[in-house]
Amino acid sequence: MKSTEQLREIWRRDQVFDFVQPPPAFDTVVDTKHGPILYVENVSVSFDGFKALNNLNMYIDDGELRCIIGPNGAGKTTMMDVITGKTKPDTGSIWFGQRIDLLKRSEHQIARGGIGRKFQKPTVFEALSVFENLELATASNKDVWYTLRNDLNGEQRDRIDEVLRQIGLTEHYQQEAGALSHGQKQWLEIGMLLVQNPRVLLVDEPVAGMTGEEVEKTAELLTSLAGRHSVIVVEHDMAFVRSIARKVTVLHQGSVLAEGSMDQVQNDPRVIEVYLGE
Amino acid sequence: MLIQRLLLSDRGGMWVLGLVALLAIAVPVLNLALPPESPFYVSNFTVGLLGKFLCFALLALSVDLIWGYAGILSLGHGAFFTLGGYGMGMYLMRQIGDRGVYGHPELMDFMVVLNWESLPWYWQGFDMFWFAMLMVLLVPGLLALVFGWLAFRSRVTGVYFAIITQALTYALMLAFFRNEMGFGGNNGLNDFKEILGFSLSAKSTRAGLMVASALALIIGYLACRYIVTSRMGRVIVSIRDAESRTRFSGYKVESYKLWLFVFSAMLAAVAGALYVPQVGIINPGEFSPLNSIEMVVWVATGGRGTLFGALVGAFTVNYAKTFFTTFSPETWLFILGSLFVLVTLFMPKGLVGLAARLLGKGDK
Repeated sequence: MKSTEQLREIWRRDQVFDFVQPPPAFDTVVDTKHGPILYVENVSVSFDGFKALNNLNMYIDDGELRCIIGPNGAGKTTMMDVITGKTKPDTGSIWFGQRIDLLKRSEHQIARGGIGRKFQKPTVFEALSVFENLELATASNKDVWYTLRNDLNGEQRDRIDEVLRQIGLTEHYQQEAGALSHGQKQWLEIGMLLVQNPRVLLVDEPVAGMTGEEVEKTAELLTSLAGRHSVIVVEHDMAFVRSIARKVTVLHQGSVLAEGSMDQVQNDPRVIEVYLGE
Repeated sequence: MLIQRLLLSDRGGMWVLGLVALLAIAVPVLNLALPPESPFYVSNFTVGLLGKFLCFALLALSVDLIWGYAGILSLGHGAFFTLGGYGMGMYLMRQIGDRGVYGHPELMDFMVVLNWESLPWYWQGFDMFWFAMLMVLLVPGLLALVFGWLAFRSRVTGVYFAIITQALTYALMLAFFRNEMGFGGNNGLNDFKEILGFSLSAKSTRAGLMVASALALIIGYLACRYIVTSRMGRVIVSIRDAESRTRFSGYKVESYKLWLFVFSAMLAAVAGALYVPQVGIINPGEFSPLNSIEMVVWVATGGRGTLFGALVGAFTVNYAKTFFTTFSPETWLFILGSLFVLVTLFMPKGLVGLAARLLGKGDK
């Protein structure tokens, strides 16, 4: 934002200063009356002159399963960073439903508010057991004083049991997470997102390094989640994308190159050019 | 019962705390009740030494809590320890009254030398024990709060955090060396007479202070144990192992780090406050960065990430220090350095980890 614009922003007469307004809260219901749950509009991010995202526009519908593909450096991970609050965009806006402005929230608020994120490399708390991993992620009061004095209640424990079944780790619940196989860690991390009861799941390369059987199970898991949650999957594995995708977005150089069904996208001459480098 | 719950799954801790309790009962009895000729008599020197070690153990506990559990390496915990010590020192100075060398009813000797007319504002109130103790907790706690807030909010971690904590304690050392600061400059605070009306040179007072240190250590241990076994403790371990995962699970990582850091600083301050009446002096040398590094060596040697490991480390290294500085003072620093290198290379889990490994093998 230019400094003149910033100055004008301060002197706007139609609203009071931000700091006298109550802190933005997530307790309002996410408003998805018009379909999309996530509005990413005109978002640009640059790092030292390199445009990681360039005027990106994308809308994710409530309950949708969306796959995002694109060559390396297309801005897939940056897009996730921006949505989850890790990176602040230079311009543009991101709305969660119609009323929640994600750019005004910090990472932990966004996570509590219902947007879960799985990292590219499976990241679980290795020193803790599978159950404790889920316990930590479970939606509950996450303030310092509360966690010092309170354990989970029965309802929250039931939810953990349910998710354990969903991700197929019921028998391993006491095992140290560090001792799990690579695929199991990926599932545990997805489980950690699920116990947060998110509306939107951002899943970065869920099947990287998995065996064929594990890939199948993961595909099954992710498709079963769509409907109840909106799922955004970033993946390189085209066969996997084909097996789960209903709608695919292709990113290239920080903006959307093509969007549509897998067949449409694969026959798009621009996409072919980017991928095959004609 | 709460204490039972806290110690049930912590057998090492039970043993170490049991030993501390035993020392706290047996040593004063053997010191006070037996005549010096008796073979079981414990000398005054030993009582003082043990009291000192108990304070160091509490200090090590505070370092372990923040380093072993949250993964925040603070190389400036000596600052909080020393500030706590100064708080107690100021109380003890005010107790001297007009018995100083210059006999001034209100001013300390060093203030008379500086030609000061009246007591500076920050010395007010320190004649009251409760106020001094409140300050012992509040001043280091507040410093940790402000310092930690700035550091954690900007996401300063790892070696950068370690360096700025070193800078903090070094800056405080330079400041306290100045006479104009009003803390006795180079010489610090010394020549204490009595605490709560008990003469500091009396045998019973010294034994009492040792028991108080043991009690503080036990209570501090249980408090730390309460934290690390709670859900908060598990959040803290997760922050250590995967900070961004914790953040994206909806935890405000900065707050967790900050409050743990403040609590740890207060523990260190209590250790300092108990240390000062037992050694009879506090001076800016205690702020020296080297001291803070030594604390980290205690914890590393004992075994970080287990609370009782910190106690084991503090006792072992300090016993070795006493031993070596008596027999060959010039070698001690070399021994300390090589100890740190050896522990880092060959015993990443410290003495406690080594013992666990040996015992584990014995079982099979």
